[in-house]
Amino acid sequence: MKETKKYWKGLEQLKNSDEFQKHANKEFPEYLPIGGAEGEEPSRRDFLKLMGFGIAAVSLAACETPVKKAIPYVKKPVSVDPTMPNYYASTFVSGSDYCSVLVKTREGRPIKLEGNSLSTFSGGGTSSQVEASVLSLYDQERLQQPLIDGKKASWDEIDSAVSKELAAANGKVAIVTNSIASPATQASIDALVAAYGATHVAYDQSSFSGLLAAYESAFGTRMLPSHDFSKAKTIVSFGADFLGSWPNHTGNNKQFAQTRKLDSKKKEMSRLYAFESNLSLTGANADYRTPIKPSQEGLYVANLYNAVAAKLGGTKVKVAKVEDDVVLQKAANDLVSAKGASIVISGSNDSEVQKLVIAINQLLGSYGNTIDPSKSVNLRKGDDAAFAGFVKKLNSGAISGVIFYNCNPVYDHALGSQIAAGIKKAKFAVSTSDRSDETSSLVKYQAPDHHYLESWNDFEPVTGQFSLSQPAIKNIFDTRQAQESFLKWAGQEVSAYDHVRASWNKNVYEKSGELAGADGFWNKCLHDGVYELKGAALTVSGPDVDVTGAAAAISKKYKVNSTELELILYTNYSVGDGTQANNPWLQEMPDPITKATWDNYLTVSPKQAEEWGIELGDMSTQTVSFTANGVTEEIPVLPQPGQAYGTVGLAVGYGRTKAGKVANGVGVNAYQFASVANGSTSFAVTSGVSATPTGNGYQIAQTQTHQTYMGRETVIQETVLNKYQKDPQAGRHFPKIATSEGYKKPYAVSLWQGHEYNNHHWGMMIDLNSCTGCGSCTIACQTENNIPVVGKQEVLNRREMHWLRIDRYYSSDAEEGDLKAMEKAAQNPEVTFQPMMCQQCNNAPCETVCPVAATTHSSEGLNQMTYNRCIGTRYCANNCPYKVRRFNWFKYHDNKQFDKNMSMNNDLGKMVLNPDVTVRARGVMEKCSFCVQRIQSGKLSAKKEGRRPTDEDVNVACAASCPSEALVFGDMKNPESRISQMLQIKQNEKSVEAREPRAYHVLEELRVMPNVWYLTKVRNKDEESKTEKAEA
Amino acid sequence: MSIAPRFVLTSVTYLLFLFISFGSLAQDEAADGIPTDDALVSAGESLFKANCTQCHAINEKVIGPALKDVHERRSKEWLISWIRNSQKLIQSGDETAVALWEEYNKTAMPAYPFSDEEITSLLSYVKVESSKEPEAAPVAADAGAGQTGTAASGDSVSSGYVTAILVVLIVVLVLILVVLGLIVSVLTKYLKDQKDLDGADEEIVNQRINLQKVLTSDFVIGSVVFLFVALLLKTAIDGAFTIGVQQGYQPTQPIAFSHKIHAGQYEIDCNYCHTGVRKSKAANIPSANICMNCHTAIKTESPEIQKIYAAIDYDPSTGEYGENTKPIEWVRIHNLPDLAYFNHSQHVKVGGLECQTCHGPIEEMDVVYQYSSLTMGWCINCHRETEVNTKDNEYYNKLVELHAEHSKEPMKVEDIGGLECSKCHY
Repeated sequence: MKETKKYWKGLEQLKNSDEFQKHANKEFPEYLPIGGAEGEEPSRRDFLKLMGFGIAAVSLAACETPVKKAIPYVKKPVSVDPTMPNYYASTFVSGSDYCSVLVKTREGRPIKLEGNSLSTFSGGGTSSQVEASVLSLYDQERLQQPLIDGKKASWDEIDSAVSKELAAANGKVAIVTNSIASPATQASIDALVAAYGATHVAYDQSSFSGLLAAYESAFGTRMLPSHDFSKAKTIVSFGADFLGSWPNHTGNNKQFAQTRKLDSKKKEMSRLYAFESNLSLTGANADYRTPIKPSQEGLYVANLYNAVAAKLGGTKVKVAKVEDDVVLQKAANDLVSAKGASIVISGSNDSEVQKLVIAINQLLGSYGNTIDPSKSVNLRKGDDAAFAGFVKKLNSGAISGVIFYNCNPVYDHALGSQIAAGIKKAKFAVSTSDRSDETSSLVKYQAPDHHYLESWNDFEPVTGQFSLSQPAIKNIFDTRQAQESFLKWAGQEVSAYDHVRASWNKNVYEKSGELAGADGFWNKCLHDGVYELKGAALTVSGPDVDVTGAAAAISKKYKVNSTELELILYTNYSVGDGTQANNPWLQEMPDPITKATWDNYLTVSPKQAEEWGIELGDMSTQTVSFTANGVTEEIPVLPQPGQAYGTVGLAVGYGRTKAGKVANGVGVNAYQFASVANGSTSFAVTSGVSATPTGNGYQIAQTQTHQTYMGRETVIQETVLNKYQKDPQAGRHFPKIATSEGYKKPYAVSLWQGHEYNNHHWGMMIDLNSCTGCGSCTIACQTENNIPVVGKQEVLNRREMHWLRIDRYYSSDAEEGDLKAMEKAAQNPEVTFQPMMCQQCNNAPCETVCPVAATTHSSEGLNQMTYNRCIGTRYCANNCPYKVRRFNWFKYHDNKQFDKNMSMNNDLGKMVLNPDVTVRARGVMEKCSFCVQRIQSGKLSAKKEGRRPTDEDVNVACAASCPSEALVFGDMKNPESRISQMLQIKQNEKSVEAREPRAYHVLEELRVMPNVWYLTKVRNKDEESKTEKAEA
Repeated sequence: MSIAPRFVLTSVTYLLFLFISFGSLAQDEAADGIPTDDALVSAGESLFKANCTQCHAINEKVIGPALKDVHERRSKEWLISWIRNSQKLIQSGDETAVALWEEYNKTAMPAYPFSDEEITSLLSYVKVESSKEPEAAPVAADAGAGQTGTAASGDSVSSGYVTAILVVLIVVLVLILVVLGLIVSVLTKYLKDQKDLDGADEEIVNQRINLQKVLTSDFVIGSVVFLFVALLLKTAIDGAFTIGVQQGYQPTQPIAFSHKIHAGQYEIDCNYCHTGVRKSKAANIPSANICMNCHTAIKTESPEIQKIYAAIDYDPSTGEYGENTKPIEWVRIHNLPDLAYFNHSQHVKVGGLECQTCHGPIEEMDVVYQYSSLTMGWCINCHRETEVNTKDNEYYNKLVELHAEHSKEPMKVEDIGGLECSKCHY
């Protein structure tokens, strides 16, 4: 397999253009401009000036050491010891998203978030959104005090004015929110509703209205039921990105990964089918992926229903047959044979489609097994029809007052422009948003809420599972918790703390049957962050689905073959729904699929791009004039393998105009293209979409082809499940080195002496099978290690600084040279994600070339990088086969030119920096250190207690954040550690051997002996798939 | 959050009294039930120094009563309940307790949740100390100081020798030069008197040194220029090495706090104020509330103490704390560059180093100065010379074993990676 399989990182590499070749051959494609204006050569005079200034500055600086102050606490809080971190359990919430977290604080500043492993719902991992949210706390552009008509006001003024307005509104008040999963928040809203007869409308950025309605008709309760992917053997997804953008995707990742892990005892794994238009994270992890158009989706679901019903004896429905149903039939077979352990899901917002999905799941016996309709996931509750009704009323002047609770519908709802117009017709409007955003800037009263890290709150993300939020820092600005404001306006003087405690008592303590007193119970919950009410369940009946009716509606709406261009809006994994768009870490995080930063773009199939005559270069493309939903914008095009032909994808979350200097003007607003018909918002636009190439060039800052391996193709080693079951080493590549005594294993031949490790030997294992590519590790690393953001232009110059990147490879097993098969494969390739960071080689090539010994080897197996010794020759980076070293081309801190690097360029932003890690100066090399600060602190706590450290003491940031536990870090010298046991480590005199058959080193033939092992990727595909493909 | 402040001390006295009377409870070793084996006493000593010294001394009344022979004055049971919660005892109407409460102006002793063993160890320590002469403790301190003193003077003695030898050598050399000069002039004079010299010899004898010519010769000018440049360079390089080195830095602090009084005279354990020294990276400059543990009652009139009151917004006349606090801005003396990571607990708790090793005779300093150079060379040197404190620490067991296999030398910090870059730079 590996001999014929070809991998590529992007279309540039597949086509191997001259430009790609040029860049691939250089470690540093651009050189540092020294001159002033562009194109101007620096003169000898400039050089002398710089020299002279430099010398003068150095001597001046050396004259006098500045006096530094040491300012202790006046009254030291008992639990705070300077330089010792404190952890508080809390809950991340942004828009409709949720995750239980632990907040790491230093001297009272939150600096890092970790997953709360006590939460069985979110599972102990995090996502990039969660990791980055700690920087949003220190965003200078948050509102710093309440405003009336844009002018500073006091809270008293706001309170009296708003109360007066509310009283005068005669019940014609609407409260607009995203989904509320918090009982306390709901209670405060209910108090307003009761006091003023207001109405409460909720919407979600990505609407689940259709699904909720379908469940309402089938089960009698409007809800998104809880899915348990860990029990599933076969999963079929119709455009439902449960690994990427579904509510609680961190928890889903964990559950899904559990079914994908393999070892000598467990040789079975789940199989995932995806039918979708965009290449989503779920599709990229699917074993079988079929690109379909949104206009076909309903028919695919109906056809699957028929195939399953045929086997299990359900009523068949009359719908048109889809053209190519080979994979669909295969999926049906697998679903039926895994009856009771299968899940079918759909991302469609069409309730008729969702009804059929319910019917399929009912036939398959999923309810009660993999799907639990007695537990409702409360993170999506928005009602499209009710919201559309509200917008209509707003515009007709029937509403005199609106309160927007932490939501921004002018930006992130399809009817945004109508809402903007409607706000002006209302007598007054109030917003609790954290900034003067697109909605908040239009309202009269701005009453900013605390950031979630400053707030008290409670959550019930899924029936019976509760989670608490507690402040990890005192409010930075003069803000006030929205719950407190609402209660105050409703005439109740209650602090947020008392309110949340009362709500917790009522909803949790009184139902818990715990014998500890209320105080003891509260303290325990506050410590744990979460509490699970045993036996809490909704009473539901059913399901009862009218399949014939649903099929008839589907037949009318969906077509077997539509020739029209169709648009799919999607939520990507970096910027997400746009709530946190002003966060530079998220903006610069490469999208896992497209590897693009700082932009949104139309993803189109390569064939489509060719038809439009768009010339592609390395990172350069062209724009099209794009029209949908009656709106026209000029948008760049990004050819995306795997995109269904005839469709284009566009990420939401971009095109902010009033989010702040980081987000404003980046990309276009995709929400405005969503269609609203019959009160239902659809992110799939199937008619009225057109695109005309403009011929204008555009550059998208993609990182995908940076740092390539120069054709060494055994970087990814993979196989399929049944081959693995026969031979656990299947897919492995065993290089041989030619010597005078014949061929030998690479590690048998070495010029190196090797290292002896007496104490620790740190290592990492990365399971390519569990890694879903979500990217939370990238941001966790950025947060932990003070990694700067460089901005779009510098990414274009290939100078991004991420220590940990996730390489995304496309592959196909088409024969090399078989252009036709390759081309077909390029339309829908297999995808592999490979996290890549410093491999901490035992025979490190970087160490030998450093002229100043700034990078050296430690007695614990670490490849150390000493910034204060580095003089910036960059020889090490040139000599690194993994391309994981990063050079500080500029001073990224305290530098106005990099002011988007928010964490290093203003006093507030700097609060997020990890005080245990140096902020690097210009001109030095940096790279992954295996979080040496965490290693040192873990060792120290063990030493202080007079014992050896365990896995509990030391974990690196990336592995800690990984929701699917694909990264495992530990001490290979400790036979008890997880890594030793999973890799079955055997310590030899001077080397370490992993006896796990799937474990391999990337580029083993170079004999650099990394301390990072990868486990082969195993796809759950049938073996004959190769021939099938070749024939096709 | 103001903790009832002023009542701190009285209670300690009580403890002491109690010990004696109720001696024979459980222990067999001693008649008073207070054993005096070394381990117990040293455990008691560290407890005492960490918790009691700020208010109590053995032979001297400080904030609370002197504790000499308290185990004879009071029963052990009484002492235990007093230490655990003196207020409870007072409220229960215990006569001794109430009397003490009145005697010490109703200054409360904080409650210490010690176990029976811990209290026994405290009492053992008090018992042992009580039996010593009052001078005993200062002598011990002197001995400690004497050690460092000797070490320092040892250094200067040896360097003194070198200087003396050099001076003698120079004197001898100069003498030799003079003697040689004399010989030359005598010989020259003698030769000049000879008539039978030939031309060439004559020339040598009568040669005139042209000073000007010598001075302007290339060799001399070259040498002088070379020497000058070399000296200049040396000065510059030496100077460059001292950039950022602030050894001896002794700034004036906003409050004239004296370590000599607190650490020297009263022997308050460093850890009492520098609370982080055994658990965290920073030793911590004490927060003002720690000062207030004692200074609610001691030296309340001193203008320096008034500065603390101002910082913590304390009104000595009413004993109330206000909200208007203002942190004290001490001048930082020990400055490591941001690129170097140093952790106190690693050195003090794990390594078992004394504070004085790096901070010098702090107990003698009225105004603290930077004792060590704090350069990287200084750190490295210590890591080369210092043995690892492996005693009773399982972390090091295997390392010691492996080290012993191939070396008879004791295991130094450098032997276990103490010189590696990433131990301090990351």
